[in-house]
Amino acid sequence: MIAHIFEDLCTGCNACVAACPDHVLDLGPATVPVIARLDQCQTCFMCELYCPADAIFVAPDQRAPEHVDPAAILASGQLGQMRRDQGWGTGDADPLREYWRLGPLLMEGAQRAVDRYKQSHPEWSPPER
Amino acid sequence: MSELKLEADVLVIGGGMAAGWAAIAAARTGARVVLADKGFVGTSGVTATAGPNHWWVPPDPAQREAAISRRFQSGFGLADKAWMARVIDTTWRILPELAPYYPFSRDGAGGTFFSGVRGPEYMRALRNFATDLGVRILDHHPALELLLHPDGSVAGAAGYARLERRNWSIRAGAVVMATGGCAFRSGLIGSRGNTGDGCLMAVEAGAELSGMEFSVAYTLSPAWCSTRTLPYTAARFFDVDGNELDIPPGSGAEHLRGLAAAFRGGPVYADLRDAPAPLRTILGRIQPATAPPFARKGVRLFDERFEVKLFGEGTIRGTGGLRIADAHCQTTVRGLFAAGDAATRELIAGATSGGGAQNSAWALTSGYEAGEGAATLARKSVRGNDGPVLRAGRTALRPAAAAKTVDDGAAIAVAAAQILPLDKALWRERETLEASQLLLDQVWAELVAHRQAEGLDQVGAREAAAIVATARWCNFAALARPESRGIHLRADAPRTLPELASRLVTGGTDALWTRFEADLQAGAAA
Repeated sequence: MIAHIFEDLCTGCNACVAACPDHVLDLGPATVPVIARLDQCQTCFMCELYCPADAIFVAPDQRAPEHVDPAAILASGQLGQMRRDQGWGTGDADPLREYWRLGPLLMEGAQRAVDRYKQSHPEWSPPER
Repeated sequence: MSELKLEADVLVIGGGMAAGWAAIAAARTGARVVLADKGFVGTSGVTATAGPNHWWVPPDPAQREAAISRRFQSGFGLADKAWMARVIDTTWRILPELAPYYPFSRDGAGGTFFSGVRGPEYMRALRNFATDLGVRILDHHPALELLLHPDGSVAGAAGYARLERRNWSIRAGAVVMATGGCAFRSGLIGSRGNTGDGCLMAVEAGAELSGMEFSVAYTLSPAWCSTRTLPYTAARFFDVDGNELDIPPGSGAEHLRGLAAAFRGGPVYADLRDAPAPLRTILGRIQPATAPPFARKGVRLFDERFEVKLFGEGTIRGTGGLRIADAHCQTTVRGLFAAGDAATRELIAGATSGGGAQNSAWALTSGYEAGEGAATLARKSVRGNDGPVLRAGRTALRPAAAAKTVDDGAAIAVAAAQILPLDKALWRERETLEASQLLLDQVWAELVAHRQAEGLDQVGAREAAAIVATARWCNFAALARPESRGIHLRADAPRTLPELASRLVTGGTDALWTRFEADLQAGAAA
């Protein structure tokens, strides 16, 4: 769930308030948005993706709120990591050049599982799709 | 703030890929289009956090016939070849048209990779495409109910703008319902807002559902956070003592039942050391949202065992939804069209889930067809957007008896507890289903009688009502199909009965009913 907004990084653009699909955030009285309905947070990381200042941090457990240490988050390098992986705001002109490998990697893994299972269960055959 | 009142030719309700394509198709005909979404078009729904592949078959007659024939056979007699051909063809033609808005890249073989798209970029592209075509997008405008002309045809919808805190009503010549499926608040990534709202609104207006018994689907994820499943390919499974579990691979009934049996013995752990090696380096660039739940938990995804859970997909990856009555995805209610997971996918997937590629192709095609169909109907309409309307919404908006406090969370918990538990879902039995139906009927009756919401509270109250309603339809349909077929697995009726090779239609809000489509058609012909 959303765990922290870094007030000194937040520009008050409210992109996260708009982008949250589940109405977790409200516009704040000053510039920083307010985490108003944390129980509605599904830990989808979309607020991080849409935050151009990398000022919002989502903790990894969707089952309950977590307390985090802001200094440790800053030191970890995790802040904004997903947005950089996504290639948003990095100037990468071709962020999806490896995306075609999704299907082949899925198939390769599935085949590996089938081969492995057949070794221990020679009589087994995969169900038809 | 005063109520927002708008007029349009076509109103699209929803904000995922089916809604996006519907708005685009309608706007391309020159129609005035408003799209109202509960969340934000770009992050709403299960596509935004995923990476949908599309059913992708080149326009070569032999290849297409083979693809259709294969999927027709795996649909257990309930799919429709003409629809399959249309979905394949529309997907092939339309998806590349997103190129000005989506950074399509190479396919590793000298061509362009069109069939698979990454969720956030896909939804952003649909938003920008629709906006350039003049679609007016209303984010954070959940719909609450349909508006009907006195003759029962659809006249628009009404809802609540949750950031601006005001009611809205939009009159339109036709409405496309593209609100997604219902995952019963399982925690599945992207599904929190997928609560079955569209089905509730539509059935209150007289629409019918189909295939609601085909609502059993699950996605494997770390126990603490639902993610997409790419890394779990080739996973091995272990119990808490480190003994390897005998789980048949795949994604079908055998695999799910194997995992379900393992969960009865305690926590289950996945080991991803057999995953294809390139995943280690490129996972972050293919599925950027999958890595943070591990990195931030301090778990090394491919080197450490971690606890897993099956997150229910309900009617999202399950198949049931609004029944489609014509080639443009119109429902049995005039002027109301259905698309994506809100509609039944049986026409191409039959009694199965269809899997991600069929599902995405269905969302695109049904959205596109519905948008065009709605625009055509609206253009032919001579009625205009005035005259009296009835408000079709009832439960949680207009209680049947004295208003009093009803606990939405408790109602949702009852619904989830009937539908999501693996033992109930994967080994359905008449006795259990009947007990669930009683509980669900009680919760529904309580909501109908007493729940009354105002302002922002309307949104959550209607979500609770829609979740309970959807659970009732799924459970009722499961009872009415006394056989096993596709993803509908009855422990007390394990065989597939040839005489039940017909789609099952469900309807009603208080008194529920089902009819096999074959019987409906025989009745109509008589």
